[in-house]
Amino acid sequence: MELNQFTAHELLGKLKAKIASPKVILDSLYTRIQKIEPKVKAYARIDKDPAGIIPDLSGLPITIKDNICTAGLPTECCSKILQGFRPPYDATVIKKLKESSAVIFPWKANMDEFAFGSSTENSYFGPTHNPWDLECVPGGSSGGSAAAVASDEAIWALGSDTGGSIRQPAAFCGVVGLKPTYGRVSRFGLIAFASSLDQIGPITKDVQDAAILTGLISGYDPFDSTSVDQDVPDYTKSLTGEIKGLRIGIPKEYFIAGMDAEVKTIIEEAVNKLKNLGALTNPVTLPHTEYAVPVYYIIATAEASSNLARFDGVQYGYRAKTDNLLQMYKLTRAQGFGREAKRRIILGTFALSHGYYDAYYLRALKVRTLIKQDFDKVFQDFDCIVAPTSPSSAFKIGERVQDPLKMYLSDIYTISANLAGIPAISIPCGFTKKGLPVGLQIMAKAFDEEMLFRVAHTFEQNTDWHKLKPKL
Amino acid sequence: MSIDKETIKHVAHLARIELQANELEKLSGELHGILDFIDKLKDLNVEQVKPASHILPISNVLREDKLHVSLTSQKALENAPSKKGNFFSVPKIIE
Repeated sequence: MELNQFTAHELLGKLKAKIASPKVILDSLYTRIQKIEPKVKAYARIDKDPAGIIPDLSGLPITIKDNICTAGLPTECCSKILQGFRPPYDATVIKKLKESSAVIFPWKANMDEFAFGSSTENSYFGPTHNPWDLECVPGGSSGGSAAAVASDEAIWALGSDTGGSIRQPAAFCGVVGLKPTYGRVSRFGLIAFASSLDQIGPITKDVQDAAILTGLISGYDPFDSTSVDQDVPDYTKSLTGEIKGLRIGIPKEYFIAGMDAEVKTIIEEAVNKLKNLGALTNPVTLPHTEYAVPVYYIIATAEASSNLARFDGVQYGYRAKTDNLLQMYKLTRAQGFGREAKRRIILGTFALSHGYYDAYYLRALKVRTLIKQDFDKVFQDFDCIVAPTSPSSAFKIGERVQDPLKMYLSDIYTISANLAGIPAISIPCGFTKKGLPVGLQIMAKAFDEEMLFRVAHTFEQNTDWHKLKPKL
Repeated sequence: MSIDKETIKHVAHLARIELQANELEKLSGELHGILDFIDKLKDLNVEQVKPASHILPISNVLREDKLHVSLTSQKALENAPSKKGNFFSVPKIIE
């Protein structure tokens, strides 16, 4: 087994015991990337041997999504409009990782432009391919991070999740992905998409790695006024392997018509497994589930239209050549943004515009309250909720690009957790007959990531899905 | 709800995006479909429901008024497409 194939906790053990050095680990990654990257395209930009550009090689390399600011390293949100942008500062998560002697991998992971998408096809640099089937999408928007981890082109990675952008690609690529509670991880230095929904989180090869990485990046940050001043527990202590008597709710609204029959069977088998391990499973209801996608596409686009106003060719990135200021704004944005970005900015601007605000934006905020109340009610009687991560396994590249609505519906099971602010994890729970991974989603109440790690780890340790590797 | 091309043109102007005629055509169809789907929200009676403007029970987040190191103007200008001295430079707006 090559070093790049191990989990982070295994490699941390090797570093501690001095059976491996950071340099040989980095070399193994580099060798793998040279060989596999032309097929997978998990990275936005590939440059010369990274060893030459890493100033301090003291620990494990970590791969970062292209929308998280890394001082001096290109951070372009995979958009033409941010071409050439090298942030003058580190995001708080990057600062924290450096303080724990992680090595920030200089090549950033591919993503849908500004995280707008569910397939990584909206990247300015072209699509990433699913390591399990190169003709399929890796999911999105953190598809580069998930594909890199799944193909051992990364040891572990950070993604961001606004409506499922960590969990859905983790499910499609057969790896672990966590969206932490809103406010658990600082968003300072995460290039904003929808500020009331965005969270940074880990994409890893197993649950233990996710627990370690979540611990490293969590905590209060005075630079993010929505981060919460609450102690960060040692998440590895929740890996007890014990779920006897836990009350698990299975939401009936998540097993709907239109869901892939094979995925449904795999999820039902996973629920049975949890039952056999001693959990008490019961059906629950989240009655406003069907409204989550429409609410999301109002709130997320409204916030995006406001957040993306800053990309106007003045302070950074691309600028269209013209000698009129208003035309400069309009042409810069017309030429710099891709199709999905324009679509979302215009939809969001519309939802906030005079005469439509009450009918769309305000109404969406009210329905968001109802969605949150659904979860509050369930968590009065249940420790966590278990559901599919996505209604299907990875779809073919190109299959949904012409139909934005169909693309939006691939996030139908993940969006609610962002709207309610609660944490949710996706772990591998089986494969379709065609050999594509399926993800199991676990959701818990706000700030109870420990519950997610406990249930996810117990399931994982009693199955072998996380040990399978794609043949590349 | 349908959205006509004039409204899209107006909104695109508000968003400062120049749309080509073919983009406008395509967008009009797509937005029509998306808004139709979103109109599902009108089925719910939300008169008595409070809007979720923030999902966590936190308010009035303050910090101490202390000096800290921030970016120098030189550093802040490093990514500028065009600059003059200590300023971002844009096309002239006063004749």
